Amino acid sequence: MSDKKGLMAWVDDRLPVTEAYEKHMSKYYAPKNFNVWYVFGVLSMLVLVNQLLTGIWLTMSFVPSQEGAFASVEYIMRDVEWGWLLRYMHSTGASAFFVVVYLHMFRGIIYGSYQKPRELIWIFGMCIYLALCAEAFMGYVLPWGQMSYWGAQVIISLFGAIPYVGEDLTTWIRGDYLISEITLNRFFALHVIALPLVLVALVVMHLLALHEVGSNNPDGIDIKKNVDENGVPKDGIPFHPFYTVHDLVGIVVFLFVFCGIIFFMPEMGGYFLEHANFEEANPFKTPDHIAPTWYFTPFYAVLRAVPDKLLGVIAMAAAIAILFVLPWLDRSPVRSIRYKGLLSKIAIASLVVSFIILGVCGSLPAYAQPPWLAPVMTVVYFAFFLLMPIYTKLEKTKPVPERVTG
Amino acid sequence: MKKLLSVFLLSIVAPVLAVAAGGGYPLDDMKPNVANNASLQRGAQTFVNYCLGCHEMGYSRYERVADDLGIPHDSVVDNLIFDDAKIGQHMTNAMTVDAAKRWFGTAPPDLTLVARVRGSDWLYTYLRTFYEDTTRPFGVNNEVFPNVGMPHVLAELQGLQKKGCSQVPVEIDVLTGQDITEERCDVLYLAEEGELSPAEYEETVYDLVNFLVYTAEPMQQERIRIGIYVMLFLSVFFIFAYLLNREYWKDIH
Repeated sequence: MSDKKGLMAWVDDRLPVTEAYEKHMSKYYAPKNFNVWYVFGVLSMLVLVNQLLTGIWLTMSFVPSQEGAFASVEYIMRDVEWGWLLRYMHSTGASAFFVVVYLHMFRGIIYGSYQKPRELIWIFGMCIYLALCAEAFMGYVLPWGQMSYWGAQVIISLFGAIPYVGEDLTTWIRGDYLISEITLNRFFALHVIALPLVLVALVVMHLLALHEVGSNNPDGIDIKKNVDENGVPKDGIPFHPFYTVHDLVGIVVFLFVFCGIIFFMPEMGGYFLEHANFEEANPFKTPDHIAPTWYFTPFYAVLRAVPDKLLGVIAMAAAIAILFVLPWLDRSPVRSIRYKGLLSKIAIASLVVSFIILGVCGSLPAYAQPPWLAPVMTVVYFAFFLLMPIYTKLEKTKPVPERVTG
Repeated sequence: MKKLLSVFLLSIVAPVLAVAAGGGYPLDDMKPNVANNASLQRGAQTFVNYCLGCHEMGYSRYERVADDLGIPHDSVVDNLIFDDAKIGQHMTNAMTVDAAKRWFGTAPPDLTLVARVRGSDWLYTYLRTFYEDTTRPFGVNNEVFPNVGMPHVLAELQGLQKKGCSQVPVEIDVLTGQDITEERCDVLYLAEEGELSPAEYEETVYDLVNFLVYTAEPMQQERIRIGIYVMLFLSVFFIFAYLLNREYWKDIH
């Protein structure tokens, strides 16, 4: 029983509110040397909340039917009070989500945040990424534009490459022999109920796991090794208020870009809202060029880089799956890029280059790119992971300091 | 390293973009101005007179157009609504899909969002590049959209263009102010004049496309106006967030 008095004590005796607040906010000691890369986790949360809230209001006016879906989106854009703002916040939020999540993952890669003892945080994070991909894909089908329809057609047909069960599997996913209102309805249900629940649950696991072992930092050293007489890490500061005010600055900068896109270029040149998707889905008219939205294009390029359909699908799945085992590929005695050797730096640089070039390749039609480019970049992408046990073992690392270097 | 990277990326992407953009006829530049109500009103008039008979604007309401473009409601009812639609209704027509398919081979697309699908440059060029082609069902073809199913509805305004050899102005004589012309082949020239001069026709098409750009996103002016206030708010908020952060962190080293 708590010796405090008043309402808070009454609640605390029944529900550990203060304890939880202290564990996760005011007495969660984060390393004091976080740099700008550490803002993207908070930004992912912000975008998630944005997607959930705008999504709720969009759902109030959206009609999940073949006849009504496209028209109801235009109804939201024109007739619903502030509907256009909700819709642009949601559509821009989808792309922003991937921007911040990719940067958040990259932060984890350069500072070795996936290494022991943070393997589970990384794996929960990867599960979030997978759920996010499914969420984004199904959400993209809902406006029922040409790209919604044909993009879904392409992606679902990938499952058809699986031997023996492939064709039946695609029918099972669609719920029909072709993409129809049945597909739209089930995607709607998954998009607004099932996957958001999964996402939120995974985010909770991601954070609980993080707060159990503590945050990594740009030096990749363990701040819990150096504690004062109270057991507080000497290089740690309470998350609240120090990182809440710190993140607030980052949030405002992010909102500057985010709102800039919403209010001044909501289509983002056809990358956030594709031009072809302003035309209603027409099963009898295939668009000239079907490209997934930009955040899937690197993996789409991997798919196309392999001439065989089944092998292409396997390569694409492997390109994502290999990230899951990253904690066990890294044999380096140090975490952070700051103290790793030259080979790791070259490897990370080539990962970035290959990922960006694959992204460009995936968004362009096959005839508009050198045929060797995507296959070569696919090899470079996989080399980062497959050679990692070798180069992290081979290279000479720098000595890691005892205390964080600011 | 970064420089090298960007040079490398550009050298790969630049030729590729050129290929992607150069898919067809070169498009003329059209800069929409949705703040120009007079232009939008003329565009609306052209639209209901020449387009709406076949192409619906099924997501756009007469009333919204009237209010946004500053047209009095009774004027809309008298001059822009040709059927018995109420002013609050969508801008639709009576053509059925079956009939449209019989007449044109395909149903004319809804034009509410066409400017967001095709872009203003495409529309502006498309509506000015119909030419005589007797092999086509309606006697005309189009440079931007080859073998298009649509007849040249604006022919009475533009006249009829033919494709062939013609004197085209290449520059202006600095002494006389006259055009210096040169014979070019495979170009469009006006063979039969219409009700409008070429300059007036371009103006009409500009207004029409401008109207289509407006209807594709009727709130675009409001969006930008609010956006400026949002940016201003964030700028001020940034100062406070920055100072608050500095205050908390001043003793942390």
